[in-house]
Amino acid sequence: MPAPIRLRELIRTIRTARTQAEEREMIQKECAAIRSSFREEDNTYRCRNVAKLLYMHMLGYPAHFGQLECLKLIASQKFTDKRIGYLGAMLLLDERQDVHLLMTNCIKNDLNHSTQYVQGLALCTLGCMGSSEMCRDLAGEVEKLLKTSNSYLRKKAALCAVHVIRKVPELMEMFLPATKNLLSEKNHGVLHTSVVLLTEMCERSPDMLTHFRKLVPQLVRILKNLIMSGYSPEHDVSGISDPFLQVRILRLLRILGKSDDDSSEAMNDILAQVATNTETSKNVGNAILYETVLTIMDIKSESGLRVLAINILGRFLLNNDKNIRYVALTSLLKTVQTDHNAVQRHRSTIVDCLKDLDVSIKRRAMELSFALVNGNNIRGMMKELLYFLDSCDPDFKADCASGVFLAAEKYAPSKRWHIDTIMRVLTTAGSYVRDDSVPNLIQLITNSVEMHAYTVQRLYKALLDDISQQPLVQVASWCIGEYGDLLVSGQCEEEEPIQVTEDEVLDVLEGLLVSNLSAPVTRGYSLTAIMKLSTRFSSVNRIKKVVSIYGSSIDVELQQRAVEYNALFKKYDHMRPALLERMPIMEKTATNGPTEIVQTNGETESSALDSKHPPSITQPTNQANDLLDLLGGNDVPVIQTALPTKPASAGGELLDLLGDLSLSGGPTPAPAPSVPISQTPFLLDGLSSQPLFNDTAAGIPPMTAYNKNGLKIEFTFERSNPNPNISVITIHASNSTEADMTDFVFQAAVPKTFQLQLLSPSSNIVPALNQGSVTQVIRVLNPQKQQLRMRIKLTYTLKGAPVQDLAEVNNFPPQSWQ
Amino acid sequence: NRNERRRIGRGKLRLQKWYVALSDTQKKKISREVIQMVLARKPKMCSFLEWRDLKIVYKRYASLYFCCAVEDQENELITLEIIHRYVELLDKYFGSVCELDIIFNFEKAYYILDEFILGGEAQETSKKIVLKAIEQADMLQEEAEAPRSVLEEIGLT
Repeated sequence: MPAPIRLRELIRTIRTARTQAEEREMIQKECAAIRSSFREEDNTYRCRNVAKLLYMHMLGYPAHFGQLECLKLIASQKFTDKRIGYLGAMLLLDERQDVHLLMTNCIKNDLNHSTQYVQGLALCTLGCMGSSEMCRDLAGEVEKLLKTSNSYLRKKAALCAVHVIRKVPELMEMFLPATKNLLSEKNHGVLHTSVVLLTEMCERSPDMLTHFRKLVPQLVRILKNLIMSGYSPEHDVSGISDPFLQVRILRLLRILGKSDDDSSEAMNDILAQVATNTETSKNVGNAILYETVLTIMDIKSESGLRVLAINILGRFLLNNDKNIRYVALTSLLKTVQTDHNAVQRHRSTIVDCLKDLDVSIKRRAMELSFALVNGNNIRGMMKELLYFLDSCDPDFKADCASGVFLAAEKYAPSKRWHIDTIMRVLTTAGSYVRDDSVPNLIQLITNSVEMHAYTVQRLYKALLDDISQQPLVQVASWCIGEYGDLLVSGQCEEEEPIQVTEDEVLDVLEGLLVSNLSAPVTRGYSLTAIMKLSTRFSSVNRIKKVVSIYGSSIDVELQQRAVEYNALFKKYDHMRPALLERMPIMEKTATNGPTEIVQTNGETESSALDSKHPPSITQPTNQANDLLDLLGGNDVPVIQTALPTKPASAGGELLDLLGDLSLSGGPTPAPAPSVPISQTPFLLDGLSSQPLFNDTAAGIPPMTAYNKNGLKIEFTFERSNPNPNISVITIHASNSTEADMTDFVFQAAVPKTFQLQLLSPSSNIVPALNQGSVTQVIRVLNPQKQQLRMRIKLTYTLKGAPVQDLAEVNNFPPQSWQ
Repeated sequence: NRNERRRIGRGKLRLQKWYVALSDTQKKKISREVIQMVLARKPKMCSFLEWRDLKIVYKRYASLYFCCAVEDQENELITLEIIHRYVELLDKYFGSVCELDIIFNFEKAYYILDEFILGGEAQETSKKIVLKAIEQADMLQEEAEAPRSVLEEIGLT
């Protein structure tokens, strides 16, 4: 049997293969030869064969049949065999194969071998791929070697111990005694690996951390020696002495100094020294500075040191080396919350990094830019960020858009600017905007009442250009549905109003319904918008037709909507105006804005839409009736249902209250409309809408209706849009006493010729010391244009004692009722 | 803590060292992904890639890419120095190392790596000491082989 070919020869041969198939053939042939050689249990050439197998494995070919052979090599006495055997074990074996456990005994023997290089092989293999079982079996040997005076072995044992601890954390304790004098070593290898071991232990166990804190002075000394000592050729890298060790020590100091004042103080000086003395012309110096900065920021360092650290990062940002800029941005991102002002100073450099070619740098620069936006720099920053949004990769657009929305919401200098910014994002990156942005934006737009005409006009124009970006289309549809009347009446103040007819608007909306570009959700928005316009436009017949067509749509969602809307036209037409009235201002809840909006909006939730069904409505129906009565609507059968939250006695109180004023004869069934209902569901708010802002533009001055015992009630006025006979009064109750006024209830009654509706208050608690106010809306119908008078009753609890008061309000400004 | 390091030449993996236990298929998949990403990098880009929850630090030397996958909290700049140190060691050992050296002497490249790094961490920061250890191990290997081959040659075994 000829000797198996040598490794180098095989490599040479395989490299001559011109095709993958040719290579595979050669490999297969050689594998077959190797296999038969293994079968013959040939000791002489086993090493050579395994080496060849390893080469073929590196090329991607299976080599599992060599695993046992590796074990045999490890068991051999020849050093060459062991070297290849251990290499093979590390390449071919891991803890998943049961075979690996057979190694344990060999390793144990080799750990005690007379030749340190054999011991080294064993330690290396164990520390690289030892399984937990192996580690458990051999931990004792490793611990012994950790205490040896042979630095070659000691350093390897330390890292092997690290691996053991990672695999079997419970064994950590047993290495503690051996760590006693690790740091007194002069040998850098041992020092380095010891610091790694100590770091691992401190990271895993708070007790160990406390125990090792006493090493801080020693670590500081070692670091100092490294910096101060002269040129040491053995450990020098570009003029710096053992940067690897320096970095490791700095990292350990970071862990030890975190949340500990004394340790932090002990390392303060050395950190300052490293930060100022390290040579920065090469990467290696910057690597040390980087680690130093990380440490300074993490421990309890004094402010001067922190500023020094941030300035280092600022200098990094200006470095030509991309890598340095990258780590600077990463670090600044970590510290921007805690050291905000210091980071702000480098804002313009950070913004410049948005233009960098490197994706990772761009991303960090973007995140950091958003973190730095505040009320002072919003305009300038937004310009840069919007420019970035235009030109960045698609991967960034969603995050950037979200960031822009968030920043705009927090710091918008004006509503017009805010709407413009939203428009810009929707038109340039509209398809990348997140789904939850749509309800957020809708809420924003709803609440920016004076911008409605401008907003709907801009959105309409955007739709004419492009209907492919779904979030844009959805927001636009919704707005057109709400404010279509403003659109056709050309009421825009902010810019030149466009001339558009009702038919043109309906064309656009219907176009969305049929377009292939529209997602099902978008179609839903569009249909509902069309429906809403039935109370704002005069082309009701056209709308009826559209709605009835979609009653047989394949899309179940559209079908359901269309059928419900049809029903609205046919059987409940009297309710249509009320149901489709303008949305009120939506309360933004502190935590989860979007979900709340989804319910009030009623657009994206078909369940909310369901409750618009006449049969399932309880309270809302009553409100609708009341509203209609106020509006002087048709005679309708009142659907009698109970108001769940109304206290039974309220009606009685009301009658008492209104005794002198000769009550209005209006509808006073058991559910009296003037009692504030404290726990109304959101849908209720949705149905009884009112523009809630103080219409100072209309020129009706506010007035103080009541001011006694620390409770002050102000009235602000505006005219309700469709009906000039209705005055909308908003009460603002504020409390200047030291304690909150709880269970606050405001009641009002008006003379016979008037009708009054009281909507739900914003809250029942008037905060102390004028920290906030309770608002509530009163709608007063005054068809005979008589002078408005009102009697009010206030009840609340202050410091545990109930308080009640009556008052007459006669000082209404003439404009409020004329 | 380094998870794996690789040398890639012309899209082909020359050497790879893993410090975590993964199946062969997983290793292959990861290698493919990382190789693709690294080869797609343009020269002006920085040496760091984010990938899953790790960072890939890579540096190109002639036709070879040296890549290290490290955990998120690692100091990337010092990792570059580690890579550089390894290349220096190869260079000193082989004398102006080139890709062919690594192909034909892959096991030596591994031995050198294993004298420099253990379990993903540097075990020795002195170039001289690492090279000395390799030298002596090589001598040990030669001594083990020499008598045998002489005897073989004269046909006595």
